[in-house]
Amino acid sequence: MKNRSLVSINDYSKEEYLKILDLAEEFEKNPRQEIMNGHVVATLFFEPSTRTRLSFESAVNRLGGRILGFADSNSSSATKGETLRDTIKMVCSYADLIVMRHPLEGSARFASEVSTVPVINAGDGANQHPTQTLLDLYSIRKTQGTLENLNIFMVGDLKYGRTVHSLLMAMSQFNATFYFISPDELKMPDEYKRYLKSMGLKFYEFKDFTDIINQADIIYMTRVQKERFSDPIEYERTKNAYILRHHMLKDSRTNMKILHPLPRVNEIHLDVDSSEKAYYFTQALNGVFVRQAIISSILGLK
Amino acid sequence: MKDIKHLVVSAIKDGTVIDHIPAKDLFKVISILGLDHIENQVTFGSNLDSKKLGKKAIIKISGLFFRNEDINKIALVAPEAKLNIIKDYNVIEKKVVEVPDSITGIAKCVNPKCITNNEEIVTKFSVVDKKKVILKCYYCEKITDQDNMRII
Ligand SMILES: [Zn+2]
Repeated sequence: MKNRSLVSINDYSKEEYLKILDLAEEFEKNPRQEIMNGHVVATLFFEPSTRTRLSFESAVNRLGGRILGFADSNSSSATKGETLRDTIKMVCSYADLIVMRHPLEGSARFASEVSTVPVINAGDGANQHPTQTLLDLYSIRKTQGTLENLNIFMVGDLKYGRTVHSLLMAMSQFNATFYFISPDELKMPDEYKRYLKSMGLKFYEFKDFTDIINQADIIYMTRVQKERFSDPIEYERTKNAYILRHHMLKDSRTNMKILHPLPRVNEIHLDVDSSEKAYYFTQALNGVFVRQAIISSILGLK
Repeated sequence: MKDIKHLVVSAIKDGTVIDHIPAKDLFKVISILGLDHIENQVTFGSNLDSKKLGKKAIIKISGLFFRNEDINKIALVAPEAKLNIIKDYNVIEKKVVEVPDSITGIAKCVNPKCITNNEEIVTKFSVVDKKKVILKCYYCEKITDQDNMRII
């Protein structure tokens, strides 16, 4: 992984996922390790994402590194019409590593070609957000004790949700069985179902999850946005089927945990928060350890 | 030797004849191969009857021979195309077009939010299905298929 960019979750092998997770575990036990020794990380956020940016910056700070960059494109030269190519060429002479978020898809891959230092993709439009996926894997392994042979439920917007697509690709390495629960309009795209078939993995599709929820080891919730529906009446009719409530969990497996990439809107009812099966807030905290692991392995410090 | 007789009609002495081009894509083939920028003699016919394609086009280029990787670029628009290599009025070799594993330039990514549609970048695709000619963008990872393919 040393000196290699992390643009897509498919850039890493199963062994490399596991190496990152092991390292993250080490950082969770001992988060303050000043091993970066003045290495500079540029955090280039061409669109704002406070949550992701703070998580990366906290990771760098705990590693003893330094940060430069910008939090949104208004404070960058991009607003003056500078191309991404030129911005990256300039920044890579100031930093040892670039963390970039950009609204255009493929921007991170392009940046990694132009840059002389490695690039970590912190989200390129609706395409990839690999550090989110690695922290999802970390959360799953931590709560289940393993990544192998799990029943993974994915709920909500499975058509446009990049987090579920990346998680599917990653979990396909661990013999998972997938349960897709979504309205017709937001079903898992065919290319992912074809991929699972080619891997010999099982998957099932449902329109709601009340009857099957007790099979789940992991429930991965996503937001169902009104704008995604061509027919607003269809949205009104189906939206409540994808809201998780406390009473639905009463016979679920004891090991079951609920994950969500956050921020949530209303898809997880507030009454779920008090359940010990609600893991989404802890999941977000794991992000710092996972990002410490990714940064230190790309810089060759671990 | 029927082929030769047919070709003699507007015979070229040495060069390449590209046959079985879908008539509607004739000018795309011309631009992909850069035939609009060369000094060689080029003749073409379009809207000729074809059992396979309905209406086909044919291009004859004098004194020019293509490398395989160049000719394979036309696979995106004319996957059925056949090439006759002519030397001294004789067909000395026949070639078919093969869909390559990857495509650089030529096609546009269908995704309007792709970086390649927003900045000067040469497009790159891997070919995920050679029969149906389905492309996957190297940058945004979205699929571009025959129906929404646009040639640059
Ligand atoms: Zn693209």
